[in-house]
Amino acid sequence: MEAPRIGLLRLQKWKTPMKPMIEARSLSKRYGEVIALDGLDLSVPEGTILGLLGPNGAGKTTAVSILTTLLVPDSGTATVAGADILASPREVRKNIGLSGQYAAVDEHLTGFENLDMIARLYHLGRQRSKSRARELLERFDLADAADRPVKTYSGGMRRRLDLAGALVAEAPVLFLDEPTTGLDPRSRTELWSIVRELVNQGRTCLLTTQYMEEADQLADDILVIDHGHEIAHGTADELKMMVGGERIALSLQSDASMDDARAVLIRYSVGELHVQGRSVTAPISGGAATLTEVLRALDSEGVKLRDVGLRRPTLDDVFLSLTGRVARTDDEETDISEQGVALEEAS
Amino acid sequence: MDNIKFALADGVVIAKRNVIKIKRVPELLVSVLISPIIFVLLFAYVFGSSIEIQGGSYREFLISGIFAMNLTFSATLTGAGLAEDMQKGIIDRFRSLPMSRSAVVFGRTGSDVIYNVLSLIIMSITGFVVGWRIHNGLGKAILGFGLLLLFAYAMSWIMAYVGLLVPSPEVVSNASFMVIFPLSFIANTFVPAENLPTPLRVFAEWNPVSSVTQASREFFGNIPIGTPDPTAWPLQNPAVYTVIWVAIIIAIFAPLAVRRYKLAPTKS
Ligand SMILES: Nc1ncnc2c1ncn2[C@@H]1O[C@H](COP(=O)(O)OP(=O)(O)OP(=O)(O)O)[C@@H](O)[C@H]1O
Ligand SMILES: [Mg+2]
Repeated sequence: MEAPRIGLLRLQKWKTPMKPMIEARSLSKRYGEVIALDGLDLSVPEGTILGLLGPNGAGKTTAVSILTTLLVPDSGTATVAGADILASPREVRKNIGLSGQYAAVDEHLTGFENLDMIARLYHLGRQRSKSRARELLERFDLADAADRPVKTYSGGMRRRLDLAGALVAEAPVLFLDEPTTGLDPRSRTELWSIVRELVNQGRTCLLTTQYMEEADQLADDILVIDHGHEIAHGTADELKMMVGGERIALSLQSDASMDDARAVLIRYSVGELHVQGRSVTAPISGGAATLTEVLRALDSEGVKLRDVGLRRPTLDDVFLSLTGRVARTDDEETDISEQGVALEEAS
Repeated sequence: MDNIKFALADGVVIAKRNVIKIKRVPELLVSVLISPIIFVLLFAYVFGSSIEIQGGSYREFLISGIFAMNLTFSATLTGAGLAEDMQKGIIDRFRSLPMSRSAVVFGRTGSDVIYNVLSLIIMSITGFVVGWRIHNGLGKAILGFGLLLLFAYAMSWIMAYVGLLVPSPEVVSNASFMVIFPLSFIANTFVPAENLPTPLRVFAEWNPVSSVTQASREFFGNIPIGTPDPTAWPLQNPAVYTVIWVAIIIAIFAPLAVRRYKLAPTKS
């Protein structure tokens, strides 16, 4: 009796807009004076990935904690997999897998014991728990270390074990808070493909990140937040379009010519310059013709270049122009407001 | 019905995890088991040589006091264990799982009974070596040990709540020191309560550490012959009084600890 119906339901699902698996309305949370979330809305349709992007302190972890029932919001409502986070938190927990920003693994247990324990607490049953734990250890390249206490794991191994913990129950909704922080490039690509595969199977995922490339690669939809509220929302392409145009990227041979280079670029730039070390990027219009003019002007000022090029905007540029901060590329974060002031004085 | 089944199963999973930790960090177990030996020897030989008990041996009188004091102290482990789980963020993991909301605290207080049983065994052996004996038969002795363990279990719940309240395991140790030290010394643990100055004597007479000590002395037959009957009701009915305390403590602190677990701040 059930079988033909399932076929029908599937068909209907394609016709109607996909139902949101995560939906939040004006979530707010404050810690004393600090407003961590300030009326955040978000909606993640089934089978898609939302990238929640924002600088340090933007409120990403707070949002994840609220949606995973770890934290109660001051105001606002949310549902996850159709269950209200405040009215039926237990229902929510049955349907989610969480990997928090800090690896929540037990140091004294082995990798296997950690996953087995989590599986038992999802009530998977003794046998199923064991096989699921072994499966995931294999999948996350931890099979060799499976029976060693986690105390002996490297940071990246702990991170991977924690991620495996989020996948134990094959829950329909995944929350990953900065999942690839601390992973080497190979593990990172591997994780991306696992997440893609899960989402292709119909899971829904909310992932926070500070790596633009990650959002670009993975997210169907990107929500940029700062100070607890939305500052931009769209696909990676839409966001890139917002900041428009091409950029000239220069790399100088010596620091000494930085001021001269800035002075030249300001004349041609249609937006703010971004300086980092000996590199400068400037949004321009006019493409190759403008580039030629800039090069001529730089040459007559005696500025020696190491490298120069035109490039399309990246999500980094989006992030920069929206938040006034540089996204983290490799753990460091630069605040350009000082440089902005310096530039204004120079011009 | 299913809820209770799951709660029990979850509690067992958590307790098993704690037991694995006991095995993996033998240093902790060793220190937990060595300190009672040191206490017994220290008090038996240092105090034992200067305190006279009429009609009996001070060492026999002393051992029940040491039992009670040590079990009171070992409740600190429960608090420290939970504080460590909070600090390491594992509690956040548990709180995101569809498991019973009381399993983590029940599992912890449950598995810590192991520490108490082991340290009781060690203390009894050491006590036996220095001259402590059971005079009232095995049945009563078992009642004595049972009451001591029950009392320790209640203390464990107080410290479970404290452990979830504070930011780190170190704070638990310091906080518990301030409470547990006076509680276990202003009592009849090392000297008869009657010998204390009045305000302290009243405190000692109504202190549950005294009643559990008194009760186990009676069960083990360690009350010196010729000791006048206690005048305070708690010490006249020490077992009943202790059980009342145990019930009150668990009734207050178990719900408090579970509530605190649910609302505990996330690691950030
Ligand atoms: N427990 C807390 N007590 C006080 N303030 C807090 C607490 N947790 C978060 N905050 C504050 O709330 C704001 C948002 O924090 P949150 O952790 O959500 O940021 P985030 O976007 O995850 O940052 P990061 O990229 O550094 O992880 C910050 O200003 C932070 O200082
Ligand atoms: Mg965060």
